Amino acid sequence: MIDLLRRLGVKGWWIAMLVLASTSTPAQLKIDITSGVTDPIPIAVLPFDADPRPSADVVAADLTRSGRFSAGAANRSDYLVTGRHAVTVDGRHQIDYELTNLLTGQKLLRERMVASPSAWRNAAHRIADKIYERIVGARSAFATRIAYVSVDGRPPAQRYQLIVADADGENSRVILESKQPLMSPAWSPDGEWLAYVSFETRSAAIYVQRVRTAERRRVSGRAGVNNAPAWSPDGKRLALTLSSPAGNLDVYVLEIEGGALTRVTEHPSIDTEPVWSGDGTRLYFTSDRGGGPQIYRTEPRSGATATRVSFSGNYNARPRLSPDGKQLAFITRDGGGYRVAVQDLGNGSVSVLSKGPQDESPGYSPDGGTLIYAARERGQGVLATVSADGLISQRLKADRGDVRDPAWGPFLP
Amino acid sequence: MTVRFIAPLAVLALLAACSSPKKADEAPAEPVAKSESESAVAQPDASDAAVSAGMVGDASNNPVGLPSELVNRLVIYFPFDSDAISSTDVDLLAQHARFLNGKSGVSLRLEGHTDERGTREYNIGLGERRAQAVRRALALQGVAESRLTTVSYGEERPAMGGEGEEAFAKNRRVELVYGVN
Repeated sequence: MIDLLRRLGVKGWWIAMLVLASTSTPAQLKIDITSGVTDPIPIAVLPFDADPRPSADVVAADLTRSGRFSAGAANRSDYLVTGRHAVTVDGRHQIDYELTNLLTGQKLLRERMVASPSAWRNAAHRIADKIYERIVGARSAFATRIAYVSVDGRPPAQRYQLIVADADGENSRVILESKQPLMSPAWSPDGEWLAYVSFETRSAAIYVQRVRTAERRRVSGRAGVNNAPAWSPDGKRLALTLSSPAGNLDVYVLEIEGGALTRVTEHPSIDTEPVWSGDGTRLYFTSDRGGGPQIYRTEPRSGATATRVSFSGNYNARPRLSPDGKQLAFITRDGGGYRVAVQDLGNGSVSVLSKGPQDESPGYSPDGGTLIYAARERGQGVLATVSADGLISQRLKADRGDVRDPAWGPFLP
Repeated sequence: MTVRFIAPLAVLALLAACSSPKKADEAPAEPVAKSESESAVAQPDASDAAVSAGMVGDASNNPVGLPSELVNRLVIYFPFDSDAISSTDVDLLAQHARFLNGKSGVSLRLEGHTDERGTREYNIGLGERRAQAVRRALALQGVAESRLTTVSYGEERPAMGGEGEEAFAKNRRVELVYGVN
């Protein structure tokens, strides 16, 4: 295998990393739908003709997992999906599928999806996205990926893995492994890179890593805290948290090429967890300058003033903006512990979407319809999702160890 | 309780990395060169070996020559959401300061930790505050700043698993990790 990698031009320690990554099997995620809408749309997804892979099952599972559909028999369904899955002479997978409204007899979709052999699952996810959008009238994000951190072993000797998987938890692979903590993965806007924090040198540093090739570089390894990287919408800058020699945390903006650094906040409190607005003109961040942690808004330049955004309760932290910029998700502390809350930035109303007691790291799916977050359930770290309206929730549990720190990737071209 | 002595080689590498603390206003580090990356990837093994090598009261694993009354007292615990050091621990840190002030060639790394409650990145800030509180307490006792480094792990490296108050209390801590220069 190493010879092969060398011939492919992979050199030096990259080989060590690749070999390391390929030898370890990531923990497998299993999905449980814990609640759905009361009246899901009945749909029948028949096995595709000549299907060499269970691609119709993937389509049906995606639609069911959304909570908006229930997959069942054709004679009890409003919609029908049929298809034929062929492998062409050059090895590509070709799926011809149809969506029919059984109540009217109308053909709603009749399309062909073509994929390389390793991408048949992605083709099935894209078919599910097409069907969902055609029936529901809103975009879904089945053909996207998530990144998360998996932790195995008992404290204090634990093993940390950074994992990338399809949004349904399948196709997972380890892209980095360490005996020191890995945290805060963040996708670049083009879905090509992950930024994250690694303690592998026994001090904190921020790295960016190309997901497909494992090529990576350290972009911030200063003395003290290097934490909470967040990509600007143009993919050229990272907002991040650094500390002064006296241990004061402030938010900075780093040009990834060239390394120019701008200090954004300048306050003796903890300022951290920055995130960009979609147009790149604002940063939201957590600060305890008012006592407990609250969310503030500022501009990504030095000397800008900060305006407090969150007001309900005495602990609101780690903001993430919805893709349309109208809502802010964050962690709030209330009687039930730490929970995912969503604030309408127009009228300021706050809804709590999760049940706690120890929920963390919320983030939006790229369509904005779902939030993913980390939770603890009977002592195990699990991933969970909840629809932005709070109606549909799911758990993604690992078959071993804890999973946490999820980040939902962007739509892929 | 975790007692750790860093293997000398790892300490050298660590000090090389930390000996010139950069101010936050300086230009950031250039992307690492390949040779540097190799050491960055190799280093976790070195430090992990050090973790398992630390044995309480075993002279062969006590390269800094820590007096026996301090060997078992290398963790400072904190109340919830606080970086206040108890008066007992102020006295303990004064003993560590006396040891450091009387012994050259020894450095001390202060690792700040929180319990699992609250958000991960904000907890990095709280862990840093605890490590800095211990650093200031030692500096007040005359320990040269150049001999002290801090790192915050937030909630990422618990000493004890579980969700009860017992585990939370064990995890809200600063670990004192001695190294030989």
